[in-house]
Amino acid sequence: MKIVILGAGQVGASVAENLVRESNDITVVDIDPAKLQYLQDRFDLRTVLGFASHPDVLRRAGIEDADMLLAVTQSDETNLVACKLAHTLFNTPTKIARIRCTDYLNHEGLFSPENFAVDYIISPEEVLTDYIRKLIEYPEALQVLDFAHGKVRLAAVRAFHGGPLVGHELQYLRKHMPHIDTRVAAIFRQDRPIIPEGKTVIEAGDEVFFVAAAENIRVVMREMRHLDKAAKRVMIAGGGNIGRRLAGSLERHYQVKLIDHNKKNSERLAAELSNTLILFGDATDPDLLQAENIEDMDVFCALTNDDENNIMSALLAKRMGARKVIALINRSAYVDLVQGGQIDIAISPAQATIGSLLAHVRRGDMAVVHSLRRGAAEALEAIAHGDANTSKVVGKRVEQIDLPRGATIGAVVRGDEVLIAHHDTVIESEDHVIIFVVNKQMISRIEKLFQVGIGFFG
Amino acid sequence: MRNVFPIVHVLGMVTMLFSLAMLVPLILSWWLQDGAVAAYDEAIAVTFFSGLAAWFGTRHFKRELKIRDGFLLVVLIWSTLPAFASIPLLIQIPGLSFTDAYFECVSGLTTTGSTVLSGLDQLPPSINFWRAELVWLGGMGLIVLAVAVLPLLGIGGRQLYKAETPGPMKDSQLTPRITETAKGLWLVYAGITLACILSFRAVDMTWLDAVMHGFTTMGLGGFSSHDASFGYFDSPAIEAVTIVFMLIAGINFATHFMVWRGKSFSPYRRDPEAGMFLGVTLASCLGLGGYLFLNGVYPDFLTALRYAAFNTVSIATSTGFANTDFNLWPIFAPLWMLFLSSFASSSGSTGGGIKMIRAQLLYKQVYRELNKLLHPDGVILTKLGGQVIPNKIIYAVLAFVFIYMVTIVSMTLILTASGLDVITAFSATVASINNTGPGLNQVGPATTYAILNDFQTWVCIFAMLLGRLELFTLIIVLTPAFWRK
Repeated sequence: MKIVILGAGQVGASVAENLVRESNDITVVDIDPAKLQYLQDRFDLRTVLGFASHPDVLRRAGIEDADMLLAVTQSDETNLVACKLAHTLFNTPTKIARIRCTDYLNHEGLFSPENFAVDYIISPEEVLTDYIRKLIEYPEALQVLDFAHGKVRLAAVRAFHGGPLVGHELQYLRKHMPHIDTRVAAIFRQDRPIIPEGKTVIEAGDEVFFVAAAENIRVVMREMRHLDKAAKRVMIAGGGNIGRRLAGSLERHYQVKLIDHNKKNSERLAAELSNTLILFGDATDPDLLQAENIEDMDVFCALTNDDENNIMSALLAKRMGARKVIALINRSAYVDLVQGGQIDIAISPAQATIGSLLAHVRRGDMAVVHSLRRGAAEALEAIAHGDANTSKVVGKRVEQIDLPRGATIGAVVRGDEVLIAHHDTVIESEDHVIIFVVNKQMISRIEKLFQVGIGFFG
Repeated sequence: MRNVFPIVHVLGMVTMLFSLAMLVPLILSWWLQDGAVAAYDEAIAVTFFSGLAAWFGTRHFKRELKIRDGFLLVVLIWSTLPAFASIPLLIQIPGLSFTDAYFECVSGLTTTGSTVLSGLDQLPPSINFWRAELVWLGGMGLIVLAVAVLPLLGIGGRQLYKAETPGPMKDSQLTPRITETAKGLWLVYAGITLACILSFRAVDMTWLDAVMHGFTTMGLGGFSSHDASFGYFDSPAIEAVTIVFMLIAGINFATHFMVWRGKSFSPYRRDPEAGMFLGVTLASCLGLGGYLFLNGVYPDFLTALRYAAFNTVSIATSTGFANTDFNLWPIFAPLWMLFLSSFASSSGSTGGGIKMIRAQLLYKQVYRELNKLLHPDGVILTKLGGQVIPNKIIYAVLAFVFIYMVTIVSMTLILTASGLDVITAFSATVASINNTGPGLNQVGPATTYAILNDFQTWVCIFAMLLGRLELFTLIIVLTPAFWRK
């Protein structure tokens, strides 16, 4: 696919990197030659220097025969204008814009073809906030992902001694909880995937991915490990875009403290947030953490835009008694370094948010794509179309579908109904099928499965 | 002195306009044949030609007013107009001293409602009407009226508006042009007054009583055309209507304006003062009703509630109507009512006192200081209705409340030194500075301020003006710094 990406910032760069790997033709536009040079040196793509919303720059970037425009600059306005231009002047088929300001989203019809002509809107900050909020909602989980508008969730949890299922075969789960339907989609043991089967034994230290209806997530988690009481007190370090949004979405249900090291910004935050205690200071200052009772915090989130600072303050908070610490880390090398050590969860913003974009890039009808385990694995929500003649999945039982080894169908959402997949579940047209893929190489085969073929007899 | 001439020029204009206000009682008097026509003839002539002389004599000094000029102009307007307003009273009521007549008119224009007159029922109706009209005009501030009219004369209205409007947040604007704001506020004020008058008529007041009490209710003044005030009617229906409209008048008129313009009630919900005002006032009604019942003042709870509700709302909103002599109640009840009058009504309403918004800000400031002790690194702001209140406003509020306290203490001491008993002195001071009206003991609802000697009367006049002009405007004119070049 030919894709033009506007903006070579954090979002643009990580999108470019992911899409290049999936063998697309990428052109990146930015006004900063240094950023373009950086991308040019590392990846197989073309760069164009210029202002992203100028028609001439777009033309030089090859928009005329591009399949998709990804406007992900820092400026909402530039992104909107670029989409409008691409629509009016160049008739680009798919236009995706990154929008940060939520006010734009509150007005119906603003993005329709006759107005700004944006087909899909992505908001990486929103996705990331949501991601962290779910980790606070489920303090034991390593990751919680939504499918079918939150009806189904995929959760990752580390098994510990004391969980009723630990040390038992998977099929014991069904006997132990006859009323709760769940499916273990994958197990990672020492970072290597194990294909879960009925006889697989869960060991302490395993990272278990399972699919269940949203309301059952906690019950299933209890099978893997001892559950703590729900989180109530949250401390956030860093009042940037993410910290501010997170505090805003948490403050009504949790006691939130937010540390920011910029005097002006902290005053702005105090004005904007009504129920959050804003602290002016350095999150790596033990005296400040002590004075604000770090030992009573259920969750500590280090969300500044400085990786080292986040790591240090998260380590410090953990040492001083915070129950669960989360650190936002941009550099993927660091993520591997700290994850699973003292820091409970290291989040790579690029990986956490790339999925919302990938869903639109994939062939076949994908409603949701989540990138997992630093891009190695993926969870998809694919929509089955066609009938038994034209589709390779519709009308078949799960066991009949020609899935690559390592790919698991976790659940099927039919209308409002959630069906946890079993070997004899039959896929119907328009079903949302949730698939877990342990290895990204299999993606193209999954895509092919869900594309509607013409004249396919099988 | 040359600096004062431009102000006198505007004052002359305002005085001429004010003389027109006397046309209404003149026409009424002529129509009812109550024998007071001559009094208004003379009063109009004196007022109009004084104004004309001041205006004409200073016409060469006309210029744009500065903020400083605004303060002085406001003080001059509020002190000279009552003098002109008292002319009909002086002519029509034999034996009335100038001090008492002036007191009566200041009480009217500042919407206080304390009176030195007795035998109100025997006065010519047009005189009672004139008193009520003064309250109504004073209610929204003569200046706001002037701002709606004076732009024709090309005088900066913003300075006047700032100096005169009650409440600490004077910079919030409803419309881009200040004259539009003033006109909008007046329209709403007039509209609600009309509704009030019609409601009074609907519960069987005479037209004349309905209009007069409508004026004094909406102005939160408390003048009545009867010595017995609302005891004269002795009608729960009339009292209920009065309570409703007193409560309406105790809410910021800017909020009413927004409701009217937006055709939606949501501004009431967003107004942080309105909810607190209604909550505190209504809770006090219930509480005092229970208190009076338990103390055996009234035989059953409903009667107790009726009297408690009417008098509490009346005093808390700084109106000053009474339907019984609450001076006879156990002392806690009237003291609590006076306490409410010093803060319950909203800024931008026609009520008096320090205003609910200042009370809320003070409370929040205390809470903020406590929080700062707990969290030394905390960035804690004072917010009201989701808005951050800048520190400079908080300092101004603190200074305001300090001066308010000091004024009450010193005036109570002055009145006590002049021979009044402590309760009378204290309640007269509080009732005057809050523009409430009746106090306790010798100046209670069953008596009048006529028992005060001239000196005490002037102290109360000063207190009423201080309260109405929100202390700073009047005090600043009295400081040497104001007159320094």
